[in-house]
Amino acid sequence: MRLRVDRERCIGAGMCALTAPEVFDQDADDGRVLLLDAEPSAVHRAAARMAVGVCPSGAITFNEPQSGGP
Amino acid sequence: MAESPHTVTTLPTTRQPGCPFDPPAELLDARRHGPISRYTHPGGRPGWLITGYDLVRSVLADPRFSSRKELMNVVDFELPPASPGEFLLTDEPQHSRYRKPLVGRFTVRRMRLLTERVEQVTAACLDAMEEAGPSADLVASFARPIPAVIICELLGVPYEERDSFQRQTEALMSGEPTEEELIAAYTAVQEYVARLVAAKRAHPTDDVLSELTDSDLTDEELQGVGLTLLAAGLDTTANMLSLGTFALLRNPAQLAALRADPALADRAVEELLRYLTVAKSFMRTALEDVELGGQTIEAGTTVVLSYHTANRDPERFADPQVLDIGRQSVGHLAFGHGIHQCLGQQLARVELRVALPALFDRFPALRLAVPPEEVELRPEFADIFGVKSLPVTWDEEES
Repeated sequence: MRLRVDRERCIGAGMCALTAPEVFDQDADDGRVLLLDAEPSAVHRAAARMAVGVCPSGAITFNEPQSGGP
Repeated sequence: MAESPHTVTTLPTTRQPGCPFDPPAELLDARRHGPISRYTHPGGRPGWLITGYDLVRSVLADPRFSSRKELMNVVDFELPPASPGEFLLTDEPQHSRYRKPLVGRFTVRRMRLLTERVEQVTAACLDAMEEAGPSADLVASFARPIPAVIICELLGVPYEERDSFQRQTEALMSGEPTEEELIAAYTAVQEYVARLVAAKRAHPTDDVLSELTDSDLTDEELQGVGLTLLAAGLDTTANMLSLGTFALLRNPAQLAALRADPALADRAVEELLRYLTVAKSFMRTALEDVELGGQTIEAGTTVVLSYHTANRDPERFADPQVLDIGRQSVGHLAFGHGIHQCLGQQLARVELRVALPALFDRFPALRLAVPPEEVELRPEFADIFGVKSLPVTWDEEES
């Protein structure tokens, strides 16, 4: 999976940093999303997918790789 | 698909005796008929009531629905626009203008740094309870003071002014004051916040209000933001603490499970948020005709979004009427969704996460001091659901 974040859409609710702290953080100054790992390893993928689902502003998206991808 | 919809004529005003944590039966019944019902606002205006999880969530994320106060079509006169700084009742771009300077102050990381301070405040409340015990009103001795002290410190209310300030805000939030009392308390708090903003402007300290004086917000806007933060931060968490205690005492197996495995605390907090949903409903107004659940919401119509039935939607949560702290309740709507999702949610989590386990640690035999049906609930028409007081007792020798 490859994650993308749209910092303009982000409202800094922090659901991503709460749900998948290995993958997302929040900027210490403006609270907006920081993507720590755009291609999370298998152990963090479920949490990352959940973070995408619970983001209140739809600021995180991801592509599932075609079959054979990592 | 556009079948004739279920109709709810008045929003129900009472919960079922015996299970106060469940939404009123009429609302659960409406949800069983489908996620959207026809509804008339108390002011006589036609509207819709949305009770299903997916539909509530989609409206909250949909820019075709507005939060603006002056567009709320619920009474037969026009409501005034939101006061400066009242950002819950605005749309973009105003909303971001108010929210943006705040979010860096309420991050997950920053709120977690408050854990130790919340532990200290909680311990002080528990010490005072123990000393005065072995009985207490949990609302006055525990649920109200903890979030009040923390939000005052965050906002920068000076320590020596905290007591009088807390009394004023309590008058504003608790019980059912008369309109005159409400206006008097509101004016007092407003004047207090105005003085506070002026003081922070003159002598900034390390707190949210002082930091906001660096933004482009006017003094009037800062006062509105300060009042909004206070209103949102005090009553909601206080009621989560008191109702959360009540709910755990009424579900001893869940309480025992939490005690046996402290690692369950994070899940327990999320599940209590879902199960109790103290901020029960919000409204949005359609800016254009919108198709929703097979119905057409006409432009200018205001819909009521029932967060608590959405959080009890069987299509989203299995056995939704059951409090199950082991379940995965992430994605609940207790803090809303969309751009207005609660700014202080990470603070609420820290407070609940620290205070509830500490209470049950200190008083292992904590129990209600009155039969559960005698615990007086706030009326259903109150903005925030809760109990007026929660009499508890414990065994003296154990503490």
